[in-house]
Amino acid sequence: MKTVVQEKRTHPNRLGIGGWFYGGKFGVERYIFALHRLAGLGILLYFIIHIFVTGAKIHGQAAWQSAMSSVSGPLFHIGEYLVFAAIAFHGLNGIRLILAEFGLVLGKPKRPVYPYTTANMRVRVLTWSLMILAVILMFVGGYDFFLMH
Amino acid sequence: MRESTLWFWHLIAGVVILFVLGIHIGVMHLDKILQAIGLLSSSDVLAYASVLARAKSIGYLIVYLLLIGFALYHGFYGLRSMILEISMSKTAEKIVNWVIVLFGLALFVYGAYAIIVGYTIATNAA
Repeated sequence: MKTVVQEKRTHPNRLGIGGWFYGGKFGVERYIFALHRLAGLGILLYFIIHIFVTGAKIHGQAAWQSAMSSVSGPLFHIGEYLVFAAIAFHGLNGIRLILAEFGLVLGKPKRPVYPYTTANMRVRVLTWSLMILAVILMFVGGYDFFLMH
Repeated sequence: MRESTLWFWHLIAGVVILFVLGIHIGVMHLDKILQAIGLLSSSDVLAYASVLARAKSIGYLIVYLLLIGFALYHGFYGLRSMILEISMSKTAEKIVNWVIVLFGLALFVYGAYAIIVGYTIATNAA
């Protein structure tokens, strides 16, 4: 009787942690994706600390003010701005990811007959529009952060 | 739970966060611009009085609770996806899952507690 050796269903992650950032010759979206994750991690780290810092409000005015003064100064201000910028980027890029996930901006599938467009190429206008919007938001935020405060 | 269900909620959370974090960031960090064009009443948004004023509003209570729940889910699901891309044994994956769930729940409980206690303090002070 012949024995059938079942093929292993998973394969080792050859790139390891490098695969988080290395995208080879994939398009710009692949590198935006790496940045999307990096921004996401940064926001998550900020968010966890933010919960504890602002949680001080339940211990009264003195606790609140001491919590606020412990995260003040130019370094924290710049750090907060980086979080703002990360959120602007991550959020606007996320709009494209969600739209694409539900197949709303990819166009109809076409036969790959030269010259043809891929889904990524059809979504690229949106990709760059959202990135430009993110940069505008970063400038608006920068104006509020550094020129009005 | 099925992976596709978790992923679906990750997307839904993303959409919810877009709105509630948009409000939160707008009020807290675009405050001077919004005050200059009259969309926000003039005040120091970080003063304790402003904190209480927001805490006692039902609108902010809803925004904060939605934000803490959906953002923690979204963030920890995202972190988990990145960690699970590393090849590891099934046991290690289970440990990662449990650590993520416990951390997320603990932060949610503390955060929601702070929001609700803040609401009680602010409504009693008024």
